[in-house]
Amino acid sequence: MIKKTNLAVLLALLFAASILISGCASGQDAAGKDTPGEEPYKIGAVLDISGKASSLGMPERDTLLMLADQLNASGGINGHPVDLIILDNKSDETEAVLAVKTLIEKDVLAVLGCSSSGPSMAMIDTVQKEKVPMISLAAASSIVEPVKDRQWVFKTAQSDIVTVNKIIGYLKEQGITKVAFLYMNNAYGDGGKKAFAAAARENGIEVVAEEKFDASDKDMTPQLTRVKASPAQAAVVWAIPPSASILTRNFRDIGLSIPLIHSHGVGNQKFIDLAQDAADGVILPIGKLTVADQIPDSDPQKKVLEGYINDYSKKYNAPPNSFGGYAWDAFNLLVSAIEKAGPDRAAIRDQLEKTRGFIGVSGVFNMSPQDHNGLDEDSMVLVQIQDGKWKLLE
Amino acid sequence: MHIADQLLQLLFTGLTLGSIYSLIALALVTTFNITGILNLAQGEFVALGALLAVSMYAAGMPMAAAFTVSVLLVAMLGGFLERFAIHTARGASGLTLIIITIGLSISLRGLALLIWGTETYSLPAFSKGGPLFIGGAAVNPQSLWIFGLTAITLAGLYAFFELTYWGKAVKASVINRAAARLVGINPHTVSFLAFTASGALGAAAGIFIAPITMTTYDMGFMLGLKGFVAAVIGGLSNVGGAVLGGILLGILESYSAGLISSGLKDAIAIIILLAVLLIRPEGIIGAIRERKI
Repeated sequence: MIKKTNLAVLLALLFAASILISGCASGQDAAGKDTPGEEPYKIGAVLDISGKASSLGMPERDTLLMLADQLNASGGINGHPVDLIILDNKSDETEAVLAVKTLIEKDVLAVLGCSSSGPSMAMIDTVQKEKVPMISLAAASSIVEPVKDRQWVFKTAQSDIVTVNKIIGYLKEQGITKVAFLYMNNAYGDGGKKAFAAAARENGIEVVAEEKFDASDKDMTPQLTRVKASPAQAAVVWAIPPSASILTRNFRDIGLSIPLIHSHGVGNQKFIDLAQDAADGVILPIGKLTVADQIPDSDPQKKVLEGYINDYSKKYNAPPNSFGGYAWDAFNLLVSAIEKAGPDRAAIRDQLEKTRGFIGVSGVFNMSPQDHNGLDEDSMVLVQIQDGKWKLLE
Repeated sequence: MHIADQLLQLLFTGLTLGSIYSLIALALVTTFNITGILNLAQGEFVALGALLAVSMYAAGMPMAAAFTVSVLLVAMLGGFLERFAIHTARGASGLTLIIITIGLSISLRGLALLIWGTETYSLPAFSKGGPLFIGGAAVNPQSLWIFGLTAITLAGLYAFFELTYWGKAVKASVINRAAARLVGINPHTVSFLAFTASGALGAAAGIFIAPITMTTYDMGFMLGLKGFVAAVIGGLSNVGGAVLGGILLGILESYSAGLISSGLKDAIAIIILLAVLLIRPEGIIGAIRERKI
């Protein structure tokens, strides 16, 4: 008997725990349902809200919730309120596929997400087969290339190649010809590695050390030790926090003094918070949002940037970051496509592909049948971290 | 950097990693020796200790106070969980008790997720200043703190078991529970103390490693696993073996990542676990089969 009661207690405990866990991981529905009048348009989003990439997914979720509220308050799309359904993929490929299938069963017009490259890649097969437009918020170029196999997929984050060209430009300017390349062992890091290797070869820059690490690694000293042993004149890193922050701390700790260049994956305050003093001196290409107050008024994006910053800061008492910006662009690109195309998946896809001169947070988008990202190098600026702040370079 | 410097650098990195694993293995082995239970929630004590300290430090408490309060809280939690979940099931088999600790581990992780969310937090290093350079290799000062904690814990455990009355009582109830009871030692109190102490040790370890590894609600799982592998290498019931097992694992991970490929790092731990269990189930270091403290 005693054993039975104990088993019951244990089961109750486990049950309680599983409710707690699933309770915070389940989806959120934003607005739209009580609005009278026209039938709501359903838009789905799959984001990395928990897990490794949560520092990307959370500002994206907050941005989408804010935009959906604003849109519905001002009358929705052609009078139709928007019903935004956000699901968490827990930064996991399998969960992302399950989530996108759930959304398609709910008849969403299009899917936004995921936050990171791996889960985004995992969803492509499903949306291609089901013919549902998808706008990814992740960086890897392979999400939208080759376009002939990715006709339903678009993305708003600058492709690796845009960032790579910006970095290569800087290296050439500084006369650096030998670099070490360190990258995360996932789709984001891999995409960066391939794009960088190709561009470096074309521009006469030699990669003298190439090292990878896992997103969950706690210590990159072994990899950096090999970089230190190499003749590299600069280190280029393709990673996101927390591992990018740990690497930066290790980099300073073992006394490496060559320039440290990161990708736009570290373009959020979290990177600096975690790396602390070690972040000072890091150079990275970044969307203009982070340094919106430092870019000239003549920049076409200035007004959009300031608007987004004001709205977001007012609602969440914290400044937005580039990841939230990718979500802003994806949501508004989609809304303007639905406005013109109506509630038809194929028409929305065609309309997205025709986007020209759309001024967003991440840049000015010019999509085409060959380019489903639509951003070029002008969408980025180089910044250096000084005393924990982003400073526009030059 | 010459190959010799590189090897030295990897050795220091391995020692730091290894000391972390050793601390967790120490807590596991001590609890196992005393109660016969493998506490698979040990990693969660580490995570909770670090997260509590991060919150208190962020709220403006000095580091020393945040450390003390966090260690006390997690120690109390350890004691409470023993009373609440282990003591009430004391008639159950060892396997059932181990499964209870798995349940506790999942519950604690869920609780930490609710309170702290999925974000990563960091603590500043205990001592200011950059790395120390020893023969061409850099050593993070925080690593020295971790070595120190491992040494003090090992010395403390030794002193407790060999020199104090309570320590002898614990040893007695490990060797023969029934006989210890006959001479007036209460094994239930001993089990309560074991969980309280492993809570305190786990929390202390968590706070010491937080400046290097940073903390997340789910950091406990991997650390608990590595600690378990370290304990198995050491023979599961051998305190000295657990420390050596942890350090051996840390160094192997560091060298395999630095010299062969970084993808190999986590695989090494599992490969060693399998190899030890298949070839020398009594552990690489401790060949002694009976429980020894």
